[in-house]
Amino acid sequence: MTAVVHLGHSTTLPERLKDAAWIAFVALILGIPMIGLTTVDAGGKLVVQTRWALLGYFIAASFCGRLVLRYVLDALQRRRQAQRTPAATAERRGRFSVLTLLGWLLLGVAIALPIAFSDNRYVVDTATTVLIYVMLGWGLNVVVGLAGLLDLGYVAFYAVGAYTYALLSTQFGWSFWQALPVAGGMAALFGVILGWPTLRLRGDYLAIVTLGFGEIIRIILVNWTELSGGPNGIASIPRPTFFGLPFKPPVDEGPMTFAQYFGIEFVPAHRLIFLYYLILVLALLTNLFVSRLRKLPIGRAWEAVREDEIACKALGMNVTNVKLSAFAIGAMLGGFAGVFFAARQGFISPESFVFTESAIILAIVVLGGMGSQLGVVLASLVLVLLPEIGRDFAEYRMLLFGLAMILIMIWKPGGLLAHREPTLRAPERSP
Amino acid sequence: MTAKTGNILQIDALTMRFGGLTAIDDLSFTAPAKAVTSIIGPNGAGKTTLFNCITGFYKPTTGAVRLFHPVRGETPLETLPSYRVARDAQVVRTFQNIRLFPKMTVLENLIVAQHNPLQNASVFSLAGLFKLAGYRRAETLALEKAMHWLTRLGLTEFADTAAGALPYGTQRRIEIARALCVDPVLLCLDEPAAGLNPRESAALNDLLIHLARDEDIAVLLIEHDMSVVMKVSDHIVVLNYGRKIAEGTPTEVQNDPQVIKAYLGEEEAAA
Repeated sequence: MTAVVHLGHSTTLPERLKDAAWIAFVALILGIPMIGLTTVDAGGKLVVQTRWALLGYFIAASFCGRLVLRYVLDALQRRRQAQRTPAATAERRGRFSVLTLLGWLLLGVAIALPIAFSDNRYVVDTATTVLIYVMLGWGLNVVVGLAGLLDLGYVAFYAVGAYTYALLSTQFGWSFWQALPVAGGMAALFGVILGWPTLRLRGDYLAIVTLGFGEIIRIILVNWTELSGGPNGIASIPRPTFFGLPFKPPVDEGPMTFAQYFGIEFVPAHRLIFLYYLILVLALLTNLFVSRLRKLPIGRAWEAVREDEIACKALGMNVTNVKLSAFAIGAMLGGFAGVFFAARQGFISPESFVFTESAIILAIVVLGGMGSQLGVVLASLVLVLLPEIGRDFAEYRMLLFGLAMILIMIWKPGGLLAHREPTLRAPERSP
Repeated sequence: MTAKTGNILQIDALTMRFGGLTAIDDLSFTAPAKAVTSIIGPNGAGKTTLFNCITGFYKPTTGAVRLFHPVRGETPLETLPSYRVARDAQVVRTFQNIRLFPKMTVLENLIVAQHNPLQNASVFSLAGLFKLAGYRRAETLALEKAMHWLTRLGLTEFADTAAGALPYGTQRRIEIARALCVDPVLLCLDEPAAGLNPRESAALNDLLIHLARDEDIAVLLIEHDMSVVMKVSDHIVVLNYGRKIAEGTPTEVQNDPQVIKAYLGEEEAAA
């Protein structure tokens, strides 16, 4: 059995064949009930049919797949060992500039995307979803990646932001831009409310309490019908406008619309593209904000608290304030994302803020590599696009998703980009 | 109790109980300013517990810990939480099991130690976010201080290396450099010579003596390595089972029958 788990030992061909044969055997055992036997509806009753040929293909595929996988894993292992030698330091510096380049490249693609796919609603819409998760990931990265506080209820702040905007706009007629800072502040306040009682807790205990907090917020939203509309949610939330110009078909005597103002024909896609660029700007501002904070005393304090809380106290750091600021800023960024979400959907209900969302955002941070900004982008792409691509595989979709996560964690246990860039370097010493 | 001139720390009838266990039992002593005071004693004598009481990590069951701060004057340390002992009273400690920030570079470790002045200069991070001149100046000063102590402890070559990746002896020195970045008036070192080779150990001796005499940083030292203790100490306090069994200069302590008994055992047991 251990032969299946150990990935780094055998290299000879017979050993690999034996390993692959073992996997094929496991595939056979699993495949007989799952693939070999199937039920067919024959005039009102179910008949068991066999598909041995398909099972044969499945086993052959497992065998070949294992051989290939094994070969790739071994190659990666060798490469990793080679990288541990001191000579690899210079090469690694080269890789950082590759990462910077990748970052700029992704930004270029992100800017050009709606222009290239202006007629493809699905692509722009999916890209907007990716960006929402990128922004949420960057926000949660402050709490989990930098400050090391495991937060399983992050979606609560997303919900606070979304509901604050929804209520302010539908009840008091606030615009998107007016509500944005208020909703962010509200989410930050909730961050502090969660932060206060949980300051002493660490690790698993903190995770449980934050999990509970996320559920409490959701359950309040379901039950406090007078405020939140209960399970029916809040509908007809105003969409964001382009400096006061709405994206609507032109109506005579109505307010000036975006299409009229620019003298172009009204296309519904305009609003989608505008929303896309809006979240892109919000996400980029978030990134800039968090990257800058990381290089400030507060950012270094977050990382220091993650590394060793007791040492922080011994150096005179008020750990309480440091943790609260991490909670508040992470929550605020989640709140901003929530405002955008409400404005984009036009309708929100507690169903959008379930635990699964928290789990996905956390998975993005962990998969990306704790604390890595670019890693969050890559992980969001993987985690949002995989289920989308997987739509063709219907019910195997989540299986595929899980498999991909397991594989990534085997290859990259520290996340996609586990490297940590120092926040400052020693000045050049004068000779 | 009045402050005797020339003392930095005065411990008065300090007792620390954990349930039925009395880790420190009615302990009183004073530590002179501009001097190295060593706390020695067999394992389990209560030395680290004493450090924890002085630096606010434990609240003593009874008794008082008074610091005679050159600017603040008499400060009751036992009433302050640990971060204020370091921030306001400027009593800074190191740990027996090294507590660095392993993934951060050595330089970052030393900058984090200057969190409070930097955080004040960054004005709720706003001045920092917009890189205002005042913040930049504070950052340059912090960097200079860090580089100063790195140079003093011979650590400049490691400045940009992750602290956790360095050898044990180097990490010990980094922890001392980091503590010095907090501008202590009293530096509490918990077994700083453990894991150092003889050359590093000799350099540490010189540093401690220099800090106490010339930089006016009093040192409170827990150490098992008697070659260090006897060379650097001006004053030694010997603990056993939480009680003070002897106190005095290195020579006095070395010849104290109680101390010899605690370390070597009684005649009957040895025979």
